[in-house]
Amino acid sequence: MSDPMTLKHSPLESCHLACGARMVEFGGWLMPVQYTGIMDEHRAVRSGSGMFDISHMGEVLIEGSGALEWLERLLTNRVGKLAIGRGQYTMMLNERGGVIDDLIIYRTGETAYFLVINGACRDMDLAWMRSRLPADGTVLLRDLGNDYAAIALQGPDSEKVLRTLYPQSEIPKRNGIATLGESEGFVPSLVARTGYTGEDGFELFVPVKDGSKERNGESLWKSLLAAGVKPCGLGARDTLRLEMGYPLNGSDLSLDRTPLEAGLGKFVALDDPAKIEFTGRHALESQRSKGLPSLLTPLKLTVTGPPLRSHYPVLSEGLAVGETCSGALSPSLGEGIAMAYLPPSLSTPGTALEVEVRGRGYAAVVTTLPFYSK
Amino acid sequence: MNVPSDLRYAKTHEWIRHEDDSITVGITDHAQAELTDIVYAEPPKVGAELKAGATAAVVESVKAASDIYSPLSGVVTEVNEALTANPALLNTDPFGQGWIYRMKASNIAEIEALLTPDAYSAQIGQ
Repeated sequence: MSDPMTLKHSPLESCHLACGARMVEFGGWLMPVQYTGIMDEHRAVRSGSGMFDISHMGEVLIEGSGALEWLERLLTNRVGKLAIGRGQYTMMLNERGGVIDDLIIYRTGETAYFLVINGACRDMDLAWMRSRLPADGTVLLRDLGNDYAAIALQGPDSEKVLRTLYPQSEIPKRNGIATLGESEGFVPSLVARTGYTGEDGFELFVPVKDGSKERNGESLWKSLLAAGVKPCGLGARDTLRLEMGYPLNGSDLSLDRTPLEAGLGKFVALDDPAKIEFTGRHALESQRSKGLPSLLTPLKLTVTGPPLRSHYPVLSEGLAVGETCSGALSPSLGEGIAMAYLPPSLSTPGTALEVEVRGRGYAAVVTTLPFYSK
Repeated sequence: MNVPSDLRYAKTHEWIRHEDDSITVGITDHAQAELTDIVYAEPPKVGAELKAGATAAVVESVKAASDIYSPLSGVVTEVNEALTANPALLNTDPFGQGWIYRMKASNIAEIEALLTPDAYSAQIGQ
């Protein structure tokens, strides 16, 4: 548990307390885990709109004549595919092919890129990136983490809500990013049409302070509240992303597993002839030719049982074959769902397994992703 | 928080109702409010022998599993089957339809160690 004196505080903390949030420590930050209840918040995002404080995430700007090549060597996905105003999901690997972090990179200019990295490993990511910067000044890195508050607006009503806040701005398309607010006379905010819930939505990055104009993080939160958006915490964020099968770094992704084991091969440009050497490439190619040692496998209970959580043993014919790395009682499905790294021979959908909870086995089956679809 | 005056309470937020020879056990309004959405309940088995303070049941919310401790020693005589299909009863009616199990006390004097309604109210800051 982090020392409460070194706990980091979100610029939106007063908003959470005003909304009656229950706060918890997460990755060194004091964050809201829930407001009205995880089930209620989860349902709001699936059927209407909800908002999450994501200010704990890190933002990094990479610029310069050498930026593209440097990023291609750092990240698994093909950065050169990005047009200005577009984003993609990607990962940073170590030499063994293990995942340092998963992130979204957006191209915001001719030679400018905006990276959004996980809150829990901001320091590690920045240290890794800084250690690789060339001495010739062709790649500049700016840590913008303390300059921005960020809110994720998610749900089928997100576009409608965003239009009421930015009536004169052009709304980005899916995976696009744009600067909004200038036409309305607000401090410009970066708005990306991305998210972690499986619903339509936007991630808004707004400068923390600007004396001259409105629309810093707190006033953006209040405007969204006034538009009827429900505040949602980390509890619902976890159940929403798990229902989609989206991995969480630190649980489903780690330094010890490759993206291929995690089923994220489509975000690794191994077979793209235009992709140059990137860190971890050799380890992945070697793994692919030898056969993967494990696969991140989605499974669900086939009997009524307790919620599934992480670190529950998974058994096949009475023998332990792995353990869950993520789990939940899916609010949308009413069933226990989980993910576990298992031997590839047991990863075929329909394979019968058992999950052990408090010493008792419950029948489960390998299923396919996403767990939930409309 | 509701703290009915006809019950006795454990420091760990369980309540008992003592009627004739039978003890009914559940969790308090304070406990259910802390847990929020309860999605699963695992009562003890009928016939189980419990010691005061030992884990009798498990209740799970979306975020975490919570142990329920038996306020008294004795044998379980009945469990609330309704909780299997409807664990939310623990949230909506913790002192009524959300009861968890009934038992026969082996040492009824242990009741004296439980908190009165006033003492429990003080503990939860009311």
